[in-house]
Amino acid sequence: MAYGVLSLLRGGLTGQRHWRPVWRDAPPRPHYDIVIIGGGGHGLATAYYLAKEHGLANIAVVEKGWIGSGNAGRNTTIIRSNYREPGNIPLYELSMKLWEGLEQDLNYNAMVSQRGVVNLFHSDAQRDAYARRGNMMRIHGVDAELLDEDGIRRHAPFLDFANARFPIKGGLLQKRGGTARHDAVVWGYARGADQRGVDIVQNCEVTGLQIAGGIIKAVETTRGVIGAKKVGIAVAGNSSRLGAMAGLRLPIETCALQAMVTEGVKPLIPGVITFGAGHFYISQSDKGGLVFGGDIDAYKSYAQRGNLPVIEDVCEGGMALVPMLGRLRVLRQWAGNVDMTMDGSPIIDKTPVEGLYFNGGWCYGGFKATPASGFCFAHLLAQDAPHAAAAALRLDRFRSGYVVDENGQGAQANLH
Amino acid sequence: MRIPCPYCGERDAEEFSIQGEAAGPRPIPSDYGDGDRDAFHAYVHLRANEYGPTREYWYHAAGCRRWLTVSRDTRDHKILGVELAKP
Repeated sequence: MAYGVLSLLRGGLTGQRHWRPVWRDAPPRPHYDIVIIGGGGHGLATAYYLAKEHGLANIAVVEKGWIGSGNAGRNTTIIRSNYREPGNIPLYELSMKLWEGLEQDLNYNAMVSQRGVVNLFHSDAQRDAYARRGNMMRIHGVDAELLDEDGIRRHAPFLDFANARFPIKGGLLQKRGGTARHDAVVWGYARGADQRGVDIVQNCEVTGLQIAGGIIKAVETTRGVIGAKKVGIAVAGNSSRLGAMAGLRLPIETCALQAMVTEGVKPLIPGVITFGAGHFYISQSDKGGLVFGGDIDAYKSYAQRGNLPVIEDVCEGGMALVPMLGRLRVLRQWAGNVDMTMDGSPIIDKTPVEGLYFNGGWCYGGFKATPASGFCFAHLLAQDAPHAAAAALRLDRFRSGYVVDENGQGAQANLH
Repeated sequence: MRIPCPYCGERDAEEFSIQGEAAGPRPIPSDYGDGDRDAFHAYVHLRANEYGPTREYWYHAAGCRRWLTVSRDTRDHKILGVELAKP
């Protein structure tokens, strides 16, 4: 089904009864050329680009719940490419370029809104660090603009500029950054993949991997054994569980990352604003709610819920930056399980098991990377060689020492 | 989450900070070759990241300031047992 003004008008005249499911809820077949484990944004994007860019068929995406029910439905929908490390920038900038053409490509409204992302700084040293980051971005062809205090006042006059401890000195603005609608991204990729013959198998949890002689043979699931020539893991949050099925110990800890949303209000927050003195970031959804979050809960958790001290810490950061937040009520609070790697950067690589490929370790940054993650992972699966934009994101970089440590925190996963 | 400290009794998790998985002793380098590199890579970077019971080092920073070994279920945050890391 093509979306357009005409079909919408026709639907308006016939009581909107023309809507049909846009992808099949496929039963698993006994064998596929490629099985992607994980029906989130990354897995579905991978399947979509495998079919579209590499012309492959006979692909399945298996998902333990319903598609988009994990982190794809729990993030804060921010898209940006304001990174500093040469190993990271190309991937996130490729992602930004794909975001910019995504809706035309999928013919699906993903509500991509380039409303700007600004990172505030509060000291001279922080200004130097952000100036350096901005320069790194511009060297790589990414837009970046260093704003002084007046620039920030024009952009967001409601911030607490008079804060005695953390005065706002300025910020680094990426105008092309912004937000997108997370569910629509999942549905758009699912529809695009389904149209190209990909089987999307839901309620199908992987319980084991069949490996013989160091080669992947099949995945065991709650809906039977599915044979596969190649298997791609895209289950960030549960990567270590899948890794353990293949006998791999990964450089990953799983932690809970919380987010909150307030009641809906009129347009208030321009774009995305991040606090430089604490960990706090905020944006406004198209529905009007203020969406915000901050640090992860520091300990390992698969519970998909966090603890109160972190909520308190995030809200304290919010009150320090945007005092008017205190007048709003928080409607909902939730958590997703994120893969925290030992350098804070993701992994898109082959594994020591032949035919088994790994995509994970997305830390805080999975949603914005969805298109490029799928694009690069599809390239790896189809060509058996890394895409240039993801060449640094290797699994063995920890052993070899070529880590991509954006914050310089070292191998302490909960600090990234 | 509340952690029962052997010295201080049950306290809020906010009083504690976590170091990470109780990974066992630091490897002792021998010839600084590939074997040592593998051992240190495993010690510094690789994690069991258990889905279920795990053992971790926690530090009771706002209490007795002792290091504790806490057994905990990562699926529901339930504390299964606490002992002093160095009795």
